[in-house]
Amino acid sequence: MSESVSSLMAPPSTWEEFTEGLWKRNPVFVMVLGMCPTLAVTVTAMNSLSMGIATTFVLAASCFLVSLMRKMIPKEVRIATYIVIIATFVTVTDYAIQAISLDLYEALGAYIQLIVANCLVLGRAEAHAARTPPVEATMNAIGMGLGFTLSLVMIGGVREILGAGAFFGIPLFGEHFQPWVVMVLPPGGFFVMAGWLLLFSILRRRSQMKADAASVEAADALKTSGACHGA
Amino acid sequence: MSAPDTTSQPQETDALAHATPTFTLLRALSVVSAVCGLIIVASYLLTLDRAKDNRRLASERAVVKVLPNAKIVKPFLALANGDIVPAGEGDPPSGAIRFYAAYDEKGRLDGIAAEGAAKGYADIVRVMFGYRKDCQCIVGIGVVSMRETPGIGDKILTDKDFLANFNALDVRLNDELTALANEVKVVKHGTKTEKWQIDAISGTTITSRAVGKGINEAAQVLLPRLVPKLDRLEKP
Amino acid sequence: MSVEIRSAPHIKADSGVVKIMRNVVWSLLPICAFYIWQYGISALASLVVVTAACLAAEEFFLRLGRQSGDLGDWSATITGILLALTLPAGFPLWMGAVAGFVAIGLGKAIFGGIGHNLFNPALVGRGFVQAAFPTAIATYTPSFMPGRFSEFIPSSLALPFMTPADTTAWAASHLDGVSSATPLARWKFEGVLASNWDLLTSLSGHLAVGPSPLLILACGAYLAWRGYLDWRIPAAVLGSAALLAAALYPLNPQHFPEPGFVLFSGGLMLGAVYMATDMVTSPVTPRGMWVYGALIGALTVIIRYSGGLPEGVMYAILIGNAATPMIERVTQPPAFGTAPTKETKA
Repeated sequence: MSESVSSLMAPPSTWEEFTEGLWKRNPVFVMVLGMCPTLAVTVTAMNSLSMGIATTFVLAASCFLVSLMRKMIPKEVRIATYIVIIATFVTVTDYAIQAISLDLYEALGAYIQLIVANCLVLGRAEAHAARTPPVEATMNAIGMGLGFTLSLVMIGGVREILGAGAFFGIPLFGEHFQPWVVMVLPPGGFFVMAGWLLLFSILRRRSQMKADAASVEAADALKTSGACHGA
Repeated sequence: MSAPDTTSQPQETDALAHATPTFTLLRALSVVSAVCGLIIVASYLLTLDRAKDNRRLASERAVVKVLPNAKIVKPFLALANGDIVPAGEGDPPSGAIRFYAAYDEKGRLDGIAAEGAAKGYADIVRVMFGYRKDCQCIVGIGVVSMRETPGIGDKILTDKDFLANFNALDVRLNDELTALANEVKVVKHGTKTEKWQIDAISGTTITSRAVGKGINEAAQVLLPRLVPKLDRLEKP
Repeated sequence: MSVEIRSAPHIKADSGVVKIMRNVVWSLLPICAFYIWQYGISALASLVVVTAACLAAEEFFLRLGRQSGDLGDWSATITGILLALTLPAGFPLWMGAVAGFVAIGLGKAIFGGIGHNLFNPALVGRGFVQAAFPTAIATYTPSFMPGRFSEFIPSSLALPFMTPADTTAWAASHLDGVSSATPLARWKFEGVLASNWDLLTSLSGHLAVGPSPLLILACGAYLAWRGYLDWRIPAAVLGSAALLAAALYPLNPQHFPEPGFVLFSGGLMLGAVYMATDMVTSPVTPRGMWVYGALIGALTVIIRYSGGLPEGVMYAILIGNAATPMIERVTQPPAFGTAPTKETKA
């Protein structure tokens, strides 16, 4: 069925698949998916980046495997198989982070295991990878993952700059910096997240209004030209 | 769903008539499980050594922080029946307390490091403390993990007056060697009079108390088991 | 001759948002003057900077969101003055500007501008800086310092994003034997009570307090007399706080202060008269006002007695604001001419 639908529209190119998640359908700021790690681990830019990379890896690997097996998986048991696949890669990530850095592992805490419950991952597996060939599915997943990482670093960067006076651990203000304690506490996550969402919705509304105005102009132009033609 | 009505009708009946056979379901699930199982086991084996090394290094680092002369660190368990055994793999038996024996470069026992934990303001505060038998006192502390309010709770890491409490915090045992002679106690800022008291940081009382309570509880249990058998640990 | 034919109402009260707000600002002027007399140029700078930040934020968000309202309605000015009065006089000016911006942005603009906000904007701003800068907001200095009209409190002039200078040593070098802690903090942490008369007038003893509660009460009485604020809310707040304090006092006179101390210390008077009575965030039904005020008064006492911080008025009023829609629902009077039935009661 997916074949018949996609044959009606031109299938998106691999590059379009990749950039979709970066900006146009950014998982955090546009689709508002995966809020749990977004709010919980973005205390510093480094934590955000690590969390983003871990999620990107799980997302890309799961989507690749789901897409590869999509013709073999009967729809009756698809959720079970997707979750098994996702849980596998979360476990792999968990092991890998323990081997890379124990400090990072402690900083991210239970949120590594909780990637398995990140609705972004299951959502993309179900909505995209299950009906797309492996290369496109993986590219789209990497794009989505990088978009997720970008948003997390944007939130974590602001929280670290205001909460600790540093960016990726590099002090920016010298030793007399006054930390904004609220930024490293949970409310800080909500404030910064809300601030970015506000900015994005304002920008989106502006561009929407511009597009509307342009289309109205175009329609007017068409009308006048049509009228001229008629005359 | 977006397909025209005329085609969707036969498709549905088609799906009902040809429900996926049980064998296909089982085959799909087994293949997926087998593939996933392989991936998990492979990555486990690949990362096992590194992860173990990291864990050992992390606890050694924590021990060196409280006993700076330590060159070799060995983990032990003080069992509930009073035995001291080297700590092995897996979960320790119930009632056992983990501690580290630290040896200096000449292989002599420098001191003992152990962990204490107590509820702070936000969450459990876990501290590592170093113990030396010649003074029967605690000679340094380091925080293993905490989630206290930054700027307030984390003064226990930086406040010089507070850290000075642990230059020689008296934890000698009573004559029967059953408990500490004097309970380690956190007192209001500026009212420390005895060697076994901890002068709290003003404004950070709850976290200060958690540090004292964690040390007291761990020392009360560990030291009576450990001190009589300390000679056995002399050589690494 | 022209005859204008209109439906009722025919008699219009000479009142409106702008007039009410202007009167509130006038009533605040004596309080500000007293505050400047207490703390000198630091207090003046704090009032000016915080109010300017509020006005700038109002202008910014009005342009950004195309909301209704304008700077001329005085509401942002009131927010700024009240916010400055709740902060320590030596609060770093840059933090004051942050508080003012957050007060208008997060407390008002996000909800859609004047008349739409759920919480008192000044208290939202104060709540934010309380969470962001817990040390600075608890750092008070004694009032009536010598040289206060020629010298700033050193913490005021902290550079943006930098830690303010230590004021305890500064205060000690200017005046011997005075405490930089507020009377509430001294009660909570040291068990020392200030005299009620000193607290009420704020005139003697170099207390680290805001403007005199007596003056606030007088200015509030003027507003109530002119009909610009409803006397029920301050009465309910102060009454319930006093009643609860009086009930608890005999249980443990060592630990609990007497009711007078509870009424005259901290920000209770300013909160009861000027913050809790904010028309947008308090109930409109008379019974609701009593419930709302009583809730705030009781919460203040409970938070002060059992919380980690010495002061609780801000949180009490914010909780009261949050409860306002619910209170209005359950205290809705029956429509005129109808008998209260089970349904309308519910």
